[in-house]
Amino acid sequence: MSSGQGRVDVEVESKRAEEPTPGQAHPNTCPGCGSHYRDDELEQTLRVCPQCGHHFRVRARDRIDQLADAGSFSEEDIELRSADPLAFFDLRPYTERLAEAEIDTGLGDAIVCGSAQIEEGDCQLAVMDFAFMGGSMGSVVGEKFVRACERASTAGTPLVSVSASGGARMQEGILALMQLPKTICAIDELHESGGAMISVLTHPTTGGVLASFASLGDVVVAEPGALMSFAGPRVVAQTTREKLPDDFGLAESNYRYGHLDGIVPRGELRPTLGRLLRLFAR
Amino acid sequence: MANEDELRLRERLSKLGAMKLLRGTKLSGELARLQDQLDHLQADPSAEEIWQSVELARHADRPYTLDYVERIFEDFFELHGDRGRADDLALVTGLGKLGGRAVVLVGHQKGRDLKERTKRNFGMAYPEGYRKAMRAMALAERHGFPLVTLVDTPGAYPGVAAEQHGQGGAIARSQAAMVRLRVPTVACVIGEGGSGGAVAIAVADRVLMQENAIYSVISPEGCAAILWRDAGEARKAAAAFKPDAVHCLELGVIDGIVAEPEGGAHADADAAAQLLEQGILAAFEEIDSMDPSDRRRERRAKYRVMGVLASV
Repeated sequence: MSSGQGRVDVEVESKRAEEPTPGQAHPNTCPGCGSHYRDDELEQTLRVCPQCGHHFRVRARDRIDQLADAGSFSEEDIELRSADPLAFFDLRPYTERLAEAEIDTGLGDAIVCGSAQIEEGDCQLAVMDFAFMGGSMGSVVGEKFVRACERASTAGTPLVSVSASGGARMQEGILALMQLPKTICAIDELHESGGAMISVLTHPTTGGVLASFASLGDVVVAEPGALMSFAGPRVVAQTTREKLPDDFGLAESNYRYGHLDGIVPRGELRPTLGRLLRLFAR
Repeated sequence: MANEDELRLRERLSKLGAMKLLRGTKLSGELARLQDQLDHLQADPSAEEIWQSVELARHADRPYTLDYVERIFEDFFELHGDRGRADDLALVTGLGKLGGRAVVLVGHQKGRDLKERTKRNFGMAYPEGYRKAMRAMALAERHGFPLVTLVDTPGAYPGVAAEQHGQGGAIARSQAAMVRLRVPTVACVIGEGGSGGAVAIAVADRVLMQENAIYSVISPEGCAAILWRDAGEARKAAAAFKPDAVHCLELGVIDGIVAEPEGGAHADADAAAQLLEQGILAAFEEIDSMDPSDRRRERRAKYRVMGVLASV
């Protein structure tokens, strides 16, 4: 679009991005190098492959255990659940999908929020869980994030957000889209009160979550290999028939293009957040 | 449940009746027509009408932003470029007089024929477009000009370069810029309000929709492809997520509906433009006299309560 019309300077690309691992692969088999691990082995390495450095997904509660000082996390807004404002029914009713997700994950929705300490620094933590309906953002995710911002303002502590999301939750229709401006308004209030937000993007952070709060941290970092794109690779490939670069939408590509302050391997995340909390402490 | 339906429709109608925005736009005629429509809705689960809105919102002859600009703005001067790297023609910005005073306009722009559609990228903006919009918003703030945005996009462009240039972040920052403004802001969805690419320029004190516009989290085809695994089920998807103006008003997402001429905006662009101008000016009347910092606070308060929650 440099000439004002026509195509944009798409980089020269040779290959398509790798196909995602087939669904039948064991969750503890590394998609990077094929190594296989026991649960306890992966837990010891913070679910990072010791062989090739691949970052496996981390559930919200495990993430909190990894980051927060032992026993410091105090969860809030546990009681919130999604309603079904549209009486949404695709091949199955939304309420059924919700009930199933809750049984499968033990979570009320796709985000867990509360106060915590990281390396003795006070903060509010908002951690998403991809296992709950693809980490999609509906009214509950928006509301819990907003309340975390409000608690951060009141307490005068920074907000640490760890995102993992496929985007807005279609089953809540336009109200899901409205969670974008809603969370953005909350960050505006937090910033107005002098509060800070640190955003950690984990695999994947896409769609409406990337296009709202996840991008608006005072500091934005991502885990290695995390997909962070507004449109997913499949949509881009199908819509544009462009060849995707190998690192399409990945943290490494975003870092190169200036959309990230850093790529932080999981093992360094806790000390990094500790340092940032000390810097933003008031 | 016939009774529940009836209650909801009555509520809907009373909401519409109480709306100031339809003032001066053949209010009683409108209400009678809506009553008819709602009576019809009552009989049928409304899937047909929703799909009709989808088709009208995308109608090839539907007026676009610049069609309205030439009809309702005086002394319009277009502002080009994001001052960074490009001029994205899928999104137009400019200065013009509306109702006798200077305002800043930001709007998506589709193309009429194939050549223009390509040039305008079918109204799908790159991050450069949203950065151009932010530049125009900053200009409005600097000079105290009210902001009008016209929303009409299938969505932000899903391309490799768009991602490399930071599509997600640009959409987030454009919304954040709109939240912070102290000048009065009115947004109107005039065609397709497609997801993040639409809300990027639609965070306003008053958000309106034209009668046959749609505003949605995903396109009907996209939703059908994911949930039904068949893009051909777009009608079913649209009926399920209800992107039409009446449902958006009912859900508290928009503040008012702007009437269209009989048959839709494309049937009479001049009349549609007049109704749009009246709707926008009426909305400004409500917010013009507010204190600038109250305006920002109330804007945030409006979005604070969006969503529907349950608890255990």
